[in-house]
Amino acid sequence: MNRYVIAALVENKYGVLARVSGLFMRRGFNIDSLTVGETDDPEFSRITITLHGDDYVRTQIINQLKKLYNVKYVEELEQDNSVERELMLAKVANSPENRSEVMAAAEIYRAKIIDYNPRTLCVEVTGEPAKINAFIDVLKPLGIIELCRTGVVALERGASITDQ
Amino acid sequence: MKTAKMTGARIVIETLIEQGITDVFGYPGSQVLDIYDELYKAGDRLHHYLTAHEQGAAHAADGYSRVTGKVGVVIATSGPGATNLVTGIATAMLDSIPMVIITGNVATSLIGRDSFQEINITGITMPITKHNYFVSDVNELADTIREAFQIAKSGRPGPVLVDIPKDVQVAECEFAPVGIMPCFEQHEASDSLIDEAVSMLNNAERPYIYIGGGAAGSDMTDSIIALAEKIDAYIGCTFMGLSVIPTAYERFLGMQGMHGLYASSMANREADVILGVGVRFSDRATGNLSDYAPHAKIIQLDTDLAEINKNVQVDVGIIGNIVSSFMRIMMRCEKRFHPDWTDQINAFKAKGREIRKIAEATMGSGISPKTLFDHINEIKTNDTVISTDVGQHQMWTAQYVRFAEPRRFASSGGLGTMGYGLGASIGAHIGSGSRVVLITGDGSFGMNLNELATAVTYNIPVTIIVMNNGVLGMVHQWQTYFYDKRYSATSLAARKTDFVKVAEGFGLPGKKVSTIDEFRSAFAEGYAHEGPFLIDAVIDSDELVLPMMPPGGAGDDIITLRSDNY
Repeated sequence: MNRYVIAALVENKYGVLARVSGLFMRRGFNIDSLTVGETDDPEFSRITITLHGDDYVRTQIINQLKKLYNVKYVEELEQDNSVERELMLAKVANSPENRSEVMAAAEIYRAKIIDYNPRTLCVEVTGEPAKINAFIDVLKPLGIIELCRTGVVALERGASITDQ
Repeated sequence: MKTAKMTGARIVIETLIEQGITDVFGYPGSQVLDIYDELYKAGDRLHHYLTAHEQGAAHAADGYSRVTGKVGVVIATSGPGATNLVTGIATAMLDSIPMVIITGNVATSLIGRDSFQEINITGITMPITKHNYFVSDVNELADTIREAFQIAKSGRPGPVLVDIPKDVQVAECEFAPVGIMPCFEQHEASDSLIDEAVSMLNNAERPYIYIGGGAAGSDMTDSIIALAEKIDAYIGCTFMGLSVIPTAYERFLGMQGMHGLYASSMANREADVILGVGVRFSDRATGNLSDYAPHAKIIQLDTDLAEINKNVQVDVGIIGNIVSSFMRIMMRCEKRFHPDWTDQINAFKAKGREIRKIAEATMGSGISPKTLFDHINEIKTNDTVISTDVGQHQMWTAQYVRFAEPRRFASSGGLGTMGYGLGASIGAHIGSGSRVVLITGDGSFGMNLNELATAVTYNIPVTIIVMNNGVLGMVHQWQTYFYDKRYSATSLAARKTDFVKVAEGFGLPGKKVSTIDEFRSAFAEGYAHEGPFLIDAVIDSDELVLPMMPPGGAGDDIITLRSDNY
């Protein structure tokens, strides 16, 4: 099982996300994350998909995506030629016993404390998924109350695919 | 015609006419009243055929498309009208049949409120259409329908649905007709891929051309025969590839696969180069994939890039317009002779005949499928369209019916839709003007026999042969072989349906026959009859479709005898 990152430029239209996610369901493709957001051109959105699978699944996902009429461009992002980031927000218990540990961990992981109240702390961190996972492992024993990740966004290094 | 202001409903009709459409199938309802009002006014330019049920209309549009190659068009109202189309749309999707489906919906102000007869048909049909649209602005209506036609017929064809809410049908905007939309341009395969395929074929000792629905939809009969002659290859087909090559052609070995003919299955197995043309290597045609074509290099021509390597890992995958890829290959192939291969094929043919003889000798009493089809073959003209439902009768049709011309076969291959045949027969006649013979079973026919009303309305010259064995034969056969004869829910013996009376009730003549002589005389009468005619032909309930390759089987697993396991 390999990890793949696939980027797709899609028309920013009614039902496009349903078409893309429906395709994965219909073909039985299990994906790890899917993110979607408008691009600099409001007519297009960009979808980033990460998945674990074999070469067959990767090729089928790319080729089946290309058949959707609202999908304008599909590309696999090679891991060593692209940058990936994910954002995570986590709410952890704020108690005299763990407060300094949370803040120390946040410092090391370059996370920010973005909310503070007598009972909880909210931290924000960005990075590659591995870094986020490691940070979660650190926070877990300190008492995670709520956690939320965006899923991966990624860009190829060098020329942007939207230009093509 | 210059630009004129018109309603959305009128634009629907004018756009259909502009796209070259002369016939539509459908069923009215409250949310398409405006469209039907415009149909009424345009009656001399666009013919509408009213069916008994929306599913029948969808199958009619599908059958129309299969025999003409044109885009089939169906219109239905919102809610149940639209959901009744679903099986028909899925049938077209799985067999890559170009269709445009127009549905009405409630006004945009009522959308999302579970209004009366409101259903999200674009959501429902997303996985079973090539693409679909919900039109919320009348200004986009004409271009949306035009694009729907373009998508339906371009590349790998398929159904496209356009859902139009009531207020968009009523709203007005400027409209000016344009010409028939061209197909999207297709990718042309690189010369190096073509050369690779050519060198494989030039070096082949045992070449086999394996054709499917893609070849049928691209009208490739002559070019396939020409290549087979040039490189001394033999041709076999999938179920969807039937009727492309005349059955009598000596290089044609027939359908391969689960109920295929021995010679084509063996040619596929023993070939050293297989040229797949518009095939998707479906499980029913290949059997066990791990043991599929063990000696062969495989070349696959397809317009759909996702089909390459989907089911079978191929050596050369050529994506693009299959006609042009095929022609480019043919131009560069050298003339070849393979006398050893011909000897081998002749041996397969002889063994195949032997197997058939054994299988046929063990057939039950009464009208045997073989004699029934022998008689149909003897009488039917070359341009007669054969349509079927799904089950044993369908496989017998595939094995026995002799085709002489392309686009003379309408049957649900991929989805396997029982109840497809009668609607499709009606559409096939309307499209081609040809006589139709519908082969069906008592199970399948029971599903949509309401379309007899339509066949009578339009006086469709269809000879309906109900192969009545009192069981759901194909499932019964599987229960016989794989479920130790536990016949769960496959007996129809308790039904008291009198198909002749049913026919008479609908207003067409019918005959019940239980011997082959009775069948001959009934068929003579039915086939000469101007309109629809039904023959209820009694078949032994233990009749089997043989030979049979069990699911997941390969090579020697083939069941040839009623007594194997029985």
